[in-house]
Amino acid sequence: MKPGAVNPGSVIRTRALTKRYGGLRAVDDIDLDVREGDVYGFLGANGSGKTTTVRMLLGLVLPTSGAVEVLGQPMPAARRTVLPQVGALVEGPGSYAHLSGRANLALLDASGPDRSPRSIRRTRIGEVLEQVGLDPADRRPTRAYSLGMRQRLGLAAALMRRPRLLVLDEPTNGLDPQGIQEIRLLLLRLNSLGTTIFLSSHLLAEIEQMCTRVGVLDRGRLVLQEQLDVLLRPTGLVAVRTADPSRCAVLLGDAVEVVEGDRLLVRADDPAALNAYLVGQGVRVAEVGPYRRDLEQVVLEAGSGERSDHQPLLRAVSRERSDHRPLRRAVP
Amino acid sequence: MIGVELVKMVRRPRTWVIIGMLVALPTLVAVLLAVTDLGPRPGTGPPFLSAVLSDGTLFPLAALGVVLPLFLPIAVSVLGGDAIAGETQSGTLRYLLARPVGRTHLLLAKLVTVVAFVVIAVLVVAAVSYVEGRLLLGQSPATGTVSLSGSTLTQEQLAGRTTLALGYVIVSMLGVAAVALFFSTLTTSSIGAALGTIGLLITSTVLLGLDAAEALHPFLPTRYWLSFVDLFRDPILWRDVVRGLGVQLGYLLVFSLAAWASFTTKDIDD
Repeated sequence: MKPGAVNPGSVIRTRALTKRYGGLRAVDDIDLDVREGDVYGFLGANGSGKTTTVRMLLGLVLPTSGAVEVLGQPMPAARRTVLPQVGALVEGPGSYAHLSGRANLALLDASGPDRSPRSIRRTRIGEVLEQVGLDPADRRPTRAYSLGMRQRLGLAAALMRRPRLLVLDEPTNGLDPQGIQEIRLLLLRLNSLGTTIFLSSHLLAEIEQMCTRVGVLDRGRLVLQEQLDVLLRPTGLVAVRTADPSRCAVLLGDAVEVVEGDRLLVRADDPAALNAYLVGQGVRVAEVGPYRRDLEQVVLEAGSGERSDHQPLLRAVSRERSDHRPLRRAVP
Repeated sequence: MIGVELVKMVRRPRTWVIIGMLVALPTLVAVLLAVTDLGPRPGTGPPFLSAVLSDGTLFPLAALGVVLPLFLPIAVSVLGGDAIAGETQSGTLRYLLARPVGRTHLLLAKLVTVVAFVVIAVLVVAAVSYVEGRLLLGQSPATGTVSLSGSTLTQEQLAGRTTLALGYVIVSMLGVAAVALFFSTLTTSSIGAALGTIGLLITSTVLLGLDAAEALHPFLPTRYWLSFVDLFRDPILWRDVVRGLGVQLGYLLVFSLAAWASFTTKDIDD
């Protein structure tokens, strides 16, 4: 983002946003730029400053320096006009344990300056409870809810006012694979109806599957912010797996970028032509196809550009990802 | 927002458990007095308790004298200490503030709710103990109730002075409420905030028994709590009642401002 650039479609914009706790820079000089209609993935390991940033967007934590604009207005100064149009889920849901989910939503709605009339509120609450997959007739107190049900209730609270912007911090926490899939579809549907979504997560897979735009936070610094399709666009490389890697490398000469065991990355425009050429030369080709980077590699490269030791980011993000893989297989 | 907070208080089972406990103690006292017919000797024990055996209409005042020094302030400490810290603990504070509810507005609603609790509690205790006094304890002498100064009060005078006394007891709790609310903005533990407030009240009580702290006595929050007794002298002895009002309003002002300053500048990060 160019400083001072005019951007009418901007939903969240921060300029040199910084939060210091004593000597620790929890959030360090970040320039977020979230546009209307985005599903913005805010990615970072645990403790990288995501939640603090989210809290500053909502006016819960006051920045040490820098500026925040949400829906075109400065925060926290304009919170009375901005926040009614924002739905939020911050670090887990909250509810009064002795009241039902419905009663909790009614109390939250009635708390704001723009409470809806009682009849509208009743139908709205029934609708959002159904949307997130909770039974609107459930009279049990929320203390009897499972972790997943509480998470759904938190989402219902965020959706209740039909917000223009959803700020969701780890929204699929505590949900089973089925639930994750449901919530993902729900969010994508809301996005297609015009809701901008700011999604913070430490799960690469979640971001990769949903988001149109990605910001990566590493130890309080925004090391990357780009459209996802730009990040993942074809690299112009072809991946070849062969039983004769050394022979193949000799044949292709300068076009080979990387040799990794039986795999080569080759600069070539047409995988089919490359395949025909190699086979014609008697190379035993096991697999050939265009090479795409995945988000994990992009994130790691962004981290390593900024600093010498990118190991902590690698470990934190990729381990979480491999934990998540079985889930991805479970949901088609 | 005040309405929402009142609804929250009324719908919370804890509120009614506390009020039940506040009623239970004077009820126990009334039953014991009625069964044994043994009152404290005049001039000893809680105020009015020696008089209620012959005059049950004074029992509401005796009941308030019983709950005021300990039970009622503990109840107010618990509710006030829970006001903000409890919302933090249940994870609802951030959603209220992001709704948005103004921080000053929320604090005011919480204070009003704690005071509303005190009003309800005092009225319930007074009403229940009035009934108990009429049913279990002595009927008032035909000539009217005898004041602490020995003269006779008419029914109207007694009713008026009882009302004043109830109001004074309610005001006596304002300081506690404000202190508890202030502590509640400092910590995320409602028990911690309640204990801090109770600690302050115990300190005040200890200092009251200490002659070396005499210079501090007029500024201690518990100093004038039982001065509502002076409303039943003839003529009414206003001096301590007025000082008691002053002390409570002072604590209310200072600690409400402290709570406001603390809460409106606080980072909500847990």
